[in-house]
Amino acid sequence: MLRLEHLDLRQDDFRLQADLTVPVGARVAVIGPSGAGKSTLLMAVAGFFAPVAGRVLWDGQDLAGRAPGDRPLSILFQDQNLFPHLTLAQNLGLGLRADLRLDAGQRARVEEALQRVGLAGMGARKPAQLSGGQVGRAALARALLRERPLLLLDEPFAALGPALKAEMLDLVAELADGATVLMVTHDPADARRFADQTILVADGIAHAPWPTAQLFADPPPALRAYLGT
Amino acid sequence: MASRAVALIPALLALIVVALTLGSAAVTAVWGGGGGLGPADWAALRFTLLQAALSAAVSALLAVPLARALVRRRFAGRGLLLRLMAAPFLLPVVVAVLGLLAVFGRSGPVNSLLAVLGLPALSVFGLHGVVLAHVFLNLPLVTRMLVHGWQAIPAERFRLAQALGMGPGPQFRHLELPMLRATLPGAAALVFLLCLTSFAVALTLGGGPKASTVELAIYQALRFDFLPGKAATLAAVQFALCATVTLAAMRLARVEGFGAGLGREVEMPAPGGWRRGVDALMIVLAAGFLLAPLLAVVWRGAPGLVALPSSVGWAAARSLVVAVLSAVLAAVAALVLVQARVAGRRWAELAAMLPLAASGLVMGTGLFLLVQPVAPVERLALPVTMLVNATLALPYLFRLLLPEALRLEADYVRLAESLSLRGAARLRLLVLPRLARPLGFGTGLAAALSMGDLGVIALFAGERGVTLPLLVQRLTGAYRMEAAASAALLLVGLSFALFWLFDRWGARHAAA
Repeated sequence: MLRLEHLDLRQDDFRLQADLTVPVGARVAVIGPSGAGKSTLLMAVAGFFAPVAGRVLWDGQDLAGRAPGDRPLSILFQDQNLFPHLTLAQNLGLGLRADLRLDAGQRARVEEALQRVGLAGMGARKPAQLSGGQVGRAALARALLRERPLLLLDEPFAALGPALKAEMLDLVAELADGATVLMVTHDPADARRFADQTILVADGIAHAPWPTAQLFADPPPALRAYLGT
Repeated sequence: MASRAVALIPALLALIVVALTLGSAAVTAVWGGGGGLGPADWAALRFTLLQAALSAAVSALLAVPLARALVRRRFAGRGLLLRLMAAPFLLPVVVAVLGLLAVFGRSGPVNSLLAVLGLPALSVFGLHGVVLAHVFLNLPLVTRMLVHGWQAIPAERFRLAQALGMGPGPQFRHLELPMLRATLPGAAALVFLLCLTSFAVALTLGGGPKASTVELAIYQALRFDFLPGKAATLAAVQFALCATVTLAAMRLARVEGFGAGLGREVEMPAPGGWRRGVDALMIVLAAGFLLAPLLAVVWRGAPGLVALPSSVGWAAARSLVVAVLSAVLAAVAALVLVQARVAGRRWAELAAMLPLAASGLVMGTGLFLLVQPVAPVERLALPVTMLVNATLALPYLFRLLLPEALRLEADYVRLAESLSLRGAARLRLLVLPRLARPLGFGTGLAAALSMGDLGVIALFAGERGVTLPLLVQRLTGAYRMEAAASAALLLVGLSFALFWLFDRWGARHAAA
């Protein structure tokens, strides 16, 4: 269970407050106008943005002071999810051992992960030889290998077409396998397709997650303003 | 704790650099005492500034169209020419001057041509000659730096510009000008600094009351007039001058926030029409200007190569050991200080750039005065040369590595952090591969510069245990011109081989 306890994020004029709980295994969309702080919220959970007050708790444990890589989570950024000078297999291997000294079993797991995301046999390629969708798949495969209970998606598929994006979201859903997923998006269709719950970030507040269908059926004023309905 | 000890390494390294640069300058000042500047000293100061400014301006102005032509044109021998761009800067200065004299000297082909055309002869001595030699030595350096700058513009940006229908003009304004604004002032400032402390050029092509630099005045005060007091005063002036320019140069060098490309080869559009003609002309003229003096040295030195005395072989071996050790030392130091600077410690940059404000001559004099009372200086000639050369190479390596390291930090450190890629693994898997290109280039530069250096070694070496450049100089002094030219040719070959090996290592690991 992810708990954001009286979290207060500030940077210059920007301010975002969050006090909410995300149940284990939930697939949650984080939606709201650009600049509201959707990404910042994710960065705070991931450990890249220190809150001025409040705590980020996982299963009751405070994550403060734990380096991003040591937190019980994997994150996919908007871009730069793969190192361009390393092969796909190496990029995936980093998810198992950061020093890449993999044994035969681990190399087999990398190959298996590639296969599961539809990139079988492409381990020797460099990211520059891949399409945008394939880069996303590779990043997902690495998250899969890391086996962390929380997956953060900071709009990694924003640049993909609707059909491809839908495909990727289905792949995330398929691979998540009990993991809790937090996905930033600006597209209500993504939320409806993927997320059973939605966190609305607007006017300096990250609201508690709400069933997605209900939220869009009867949007609160802030969401109505964002949707333009 | 081990990590605490590791964290202290950059600080320790910075202290050593400070001791070598500021410490040695302080030693000369204390040894010498004081004394005011005479009219000749002021004239030397003015000449130093004038020739450095002219050299920097001409080098920078010519480098922009040349680098651009080299980046966007594909022609036979392009790779060779790009590698050759490193040549004059790597050429031992004594040898470069020899080549320039052969081409631009009184009886050289250029003046013969001028005479046929009925034009007045061009003098290669004085201000003309010093600026000519400095442009010859530095134009390729600036060009290489700019080519690296162009290569660092993501291919995606050029594609975007083409997609937006930008012609060469708007593309220059939106893509290339920002890069130039970030790269060129730093490059020009570097040339200015180099020319402030360039000693051998002034010694050979300058001289006399009208064309004497501060460095030359220091050397003469020490070696001929035996006036350490006067030398110390001049050294203080030189140090203040270089320190001021260094600080100004640091402000000029900014890093542009280009996003990350995917590491593809640069694909800059190559417009036709008159631009094609201008590019071709730039490439042909530059190739001629840079090649002719090199060919002249080959022409004169090649016949004697088969009959070199054994002393040349030993001198070459000594030079190789000193060059490789000092280059590796400088590369490791630069990498450590760059990482510290990227981690937010600004003093690391200050320490790494400090040797720019020192000169080999000032450092050498300080060390000489320190060593002399306790040990025979000849015995320490090679270690001291190695140490001073490594220190002098540090700023170049640092300057070459820093922009790439900052870009690396901006683009990939978040990802590295999220994967717990730290310490030795981060160095091996992220930092070294991403920095391989400038690291290889810079280490090669340091090795070749050390190989051809004639400064500290001249102060320290005795009759035996000389390095190859010093041997060339001594053979020249003894009027054994053919042996000198041949030894010079060997020196050039070894310097280039060292540079080529390191640069190639970097390029190969960057492409992989």
